[in-house]
Amino acid sequence: MTNYIGKAVKRVEDKRFLTGKGRYTDDIVLPGMLYAYIVRSPYAHAKINNIDTSRAEKMDGVVKIYTGKDIAESGINGIPTGWQVNFKNGDTMKEPPHPLLVADKARYMGDGVAVVIAESREEARDAADEIDIDWEELPAVASAKKATEDGAPLVHDEAPNNKCFDWELGNPKEEVDKAMKQAHHITTLEFTNQRVVPNAMETRAAIGQYEEATGKYTLYTTSQNPHLTRLLLCAFVLGIPEHRVRVVAPDVGGGFGSKIFHYAEEALMIWCSERLKRPVKWTSDRSEAFMTDAHGRDHISKAEMGFDKEGNVLALRVKTHANLGAYLSTFAPCVPTWLHGTLLQGLYVTPKINVDVTGVFTNTVMVDAYRGAGRPEATYLLERLMDTAALEMDMDPAELRLKNFIPPFDGVEQPGYQTQVALQYDSGNYHAVLKRALEMVGYEKFRKEQAEARKEGKLLGIGFSTYIEACGIAPSAVVGALGARAGLYEVGQVRVQPTGKVSVFTGAHSHGQGHETTFAQVVADRLGIPLDDVEIIHGDSDSVAFGMGTYGSRSLAVGGSAIVKSLDKIIEKGAKIAAHKLEASEEDLEFAEGKWTVKGTDKSIAFGDVALTAYVPHDYPEGVEPGMDFSSFYDPANFTYPYGAHVAIVEVDKDTGHTKLKRFIAVDDVGNVINPMIVDGQIHGGLAQGIGQALFEGAMYDEDGQLINGSYMDYTMPRADDLPSFEIDRTVTPCPHNPLGVKGAGEAGCIGSTPAVVNAVMDALRPFGIKKDLEMPLTPERVWRHMQS
Amino acid sequence: MPTKITMTVNGQSVTKEVEARTLLVHFLRDNLQLTGTHVGCDTSNCGACTILVDGNAVKSCTMLAVQADGSEVTTIEGLSQNGEMHPLQEGFREEHGLQCGFCTPGMIMAAVALLDRNPNPSEQEIREGLEGNFCRCTGYHNIVRSIQYAAKKINEPKKAVAS
Repeated sequence: MTNYIGKAVKRVEDKRFLTGKGRYTDDIVLPGMLYAYIVRSPYAHAKINNIDTSRAEKMDGVVKIYTGKDIAESGINGIPTGWQVNFKNGDTMKEPPHPLLVADKARYMGDGVAVVIAESREEARDAADEIDIDWEELPAVASAKKATEDGAPLVHDEAPNNKCFDWELGNPKEEVDKAMKQAHHITTLEFTNQRVVPNAMETRAAIGQYEEATGKYTLYTTSQNPHLTRLLLCAFVLGIPEHRVRVVAPDVGGGFGSKIFHYAEEALMIWCSERLKRPVKWTSDRSEAFMTDAHGRDHISKAEMGFDKEGNVLALRVKTHANLGAYLSTFAPCVPTWLHGTLLQGLYVTPKINVDVTGVFTNTVMVDAYRGAGRPEATYLLERLMDTAALEMDMDPAELRLKNFIPPFDGVEQPGYQTQVALQYDSGNYHAVLKRALEMVGYEKFRKEQAEARKEGKLLGIGFSTYIEACGIAPSAVVGALGARAGLYEVGQVRVQPTGKVSVFTGAHSHGQGHETTFAQVVADRLGIPLDDVEIIHGDSDSVAFGMGTYGSRSLAVGGSAIVKSLDKIIEKGAKIAAHKLEASEEDLEFAEGKWTVKGTDKSIAFGDVALTAYVPHDYPEGVEPGMDFSSFYDPANFTYPYGAHVAIVEVDKDTGHTKLKRFIAVDDVGNVINPMIVDGQIHGGLAQGIGQALFEGAMYDEDGQLINGSYMDYTMPRADDLPSFEIDRTVTPCPHNPLGVKGAGEAGCIGSTPAVVNAVMDALRPFGIKKDLEMPLTPERVWRHMQS
Repeated sequence: MPTKITMTVNGQSVTKEVEARTLLVHFLRDNLQLTGTHVGCDTSNCGACTILVDGNAVKSCTMLAVQADGSEVTTIEGLSQNGEMHPLQEGFREEHGLQCGFCTPGMIMAAVALLDRNPNPSEQEIREGLEGNFCRCTGYHNIVRSIQYAAKKINEPKKAVAS
């Protein structure tokens, strides 16, 4: 069999994980390796008057202690950000330094102040306890809205009112205000899209290794994009030579965005190793991860949607304060702006939209992309508005959506859809996903059951959500104009070995997505060879020429397309060799099922024979180079736009406020599907995370900036018995602008699900009358209080 | 003061000197290089370090190595027999019960104990039985299917013998 595309091929990477042979960063032990422990600020905002390490230095096993002062004196730079969003008036974005360890003051609970390096993990930790720090606590601010008020504590002296940037997109505000005035009904919501902790099951880890004899540096790290980390390390932070730096992201235990970013610990381990001439490993424990991994979301928004008498949307006005944390993480400025404001068209024909976002520094850990990154925030806002408006106007929430959807377009015969907020959607049939979801729910029947249940005093509710997302973020020239400091293409190299076996090097990185299977399916299918003859190599900058990594559901759409470009080159070159061997002209050949055949004859030559000829070019076409190895950079023409419709059915316990998620239906359109089993798995995982935000999760900082639920004892992660089995289906509308027709599936579940659940709970609570909105997570206590109010 | 301990790990007797404070999970990972058992938290909530100690599922971060002195320990590395995957390993592969693979060893070891206790669990019993194990990738949907697959496979030959 060589027909692999569209088949639920079992994953080739599974065996090592199932037998305990996965190789994650913390599993790696290098000869002579030392262990680092980072001393962190217990305060959200505090001046460091003095650090005394003398007692700790005398402890058993301690090799060296460095403090922020050592870092400052070494003259290296801090951690940069990869995106620039300037103020509306043209002023440059505030970009205060982010040192690897702070010397003057700590700006969030968890800010690193010193690193202890010892012969063992335990000795490093023991010594850290003996470091005396003279702290002077300062007033702190954790809320983005409060931080912009006059007199609020300043996180960075150079950012007045803690503002990093302010930004606006869409139609001029006056036009939107005017449209709002003509509205028959305006629905207004003010809410917090709460901060969540990504919580990949593998915590971050980094090993720095400097080899004096060769002058080479190696960083093993839990990264979603090793090449970008290398570039930032070399060009911005440490100034070390990129061609002597190898970054390896081996097996990585989940990312969900949190491992995209270049973190201080990565540079710090290299810096320490260079000084100590021994490898140094740091592994975050979970408490440290809660404090220091970049969090997601944390928007405070006011959103208003105006409708005419018939329920047609006239205008949308949004004002958001986005919490960026204490420093700018790699993509932080982009998430609440270009990944949030641009999605506020949703699936609707809304003629006037204005979105205004202020990016704010606070005394909290950095906030950056978390599964969906900006798009869940946009979807939450739109879809909560839709269900609330339907309730207020006494309309059916599904009908209201169907009425306002953008009409179907395929992006080929019909042009893409130009939104009011900068994007051009590629292709979509939005009615189809919602109609399919309604069918799966048995909508009419459900409403009858609900009415019966209400008579019995049961609180049954249904909630809808439809969404669109922009994935495979691109093209480079466009994102550059929007403030990206990197290109956003991908690299795919295909090396046909002399025996016809194929090694594929991709700049995408798999940390659960199953690229080793999906990408191999594409290659085996196109070349007509067995799947087992293809090996996918990723995550090592010494093997893979370059790459931009995996995030934003981009791997197959961008990385897969780069591989296809190289496959095209292989097939084109192969045809020249085949034509020579078959003594035919290239035009007379066709390539199918792994061989070139002279059309209309039985004369053919197999792929493997052509490969061997390319490497043993004795009888060879003139002017053709030996070998079969091509690399391609693919820079897409546009984003891709997956979309879908999600429906939640819940029952709320009247006495306890506990929400039971009874059913969850998701119909997604992610374009063409290479491996349906893997796509389904991506949807399931996304759903669990989105539902988690709706019902369970939320990082809580108190007024002093203390993270008060920074462990699994306190932060509620969704467990197996919190969730139902999911009911999922899809429609297929191919992406018109990439060779695979794929759109991306990694974030869809997480984007659509959150508002569906909250809408369902609000619907369940309808017998209590329309009350003020509920804030996520919808804990039993909150729901119970709501019912009593 | 290091303490000398002896235990059987995956069928092999091992004797080592450890510090009294060494957790069993660190003993397995650092002293025996059995890195299939993972550390996912520091509060005994996530279950990534689940192994079998004398046949019971135990979070190996909750136990000191010295407490396992004299015990019989099975880790994910010891689950396959004669190169054949255990029905649970097979189930996780067939039903796509894993993505990043980090929670997988603990999840499988917890499931081994679950099926030992209850060879024919309902979906709800499986979900409740996995309460001590977090997975952030799969939404548990396919993990449930994987365990159902294994239960079916484990029960099949028994039925054949009985008939």
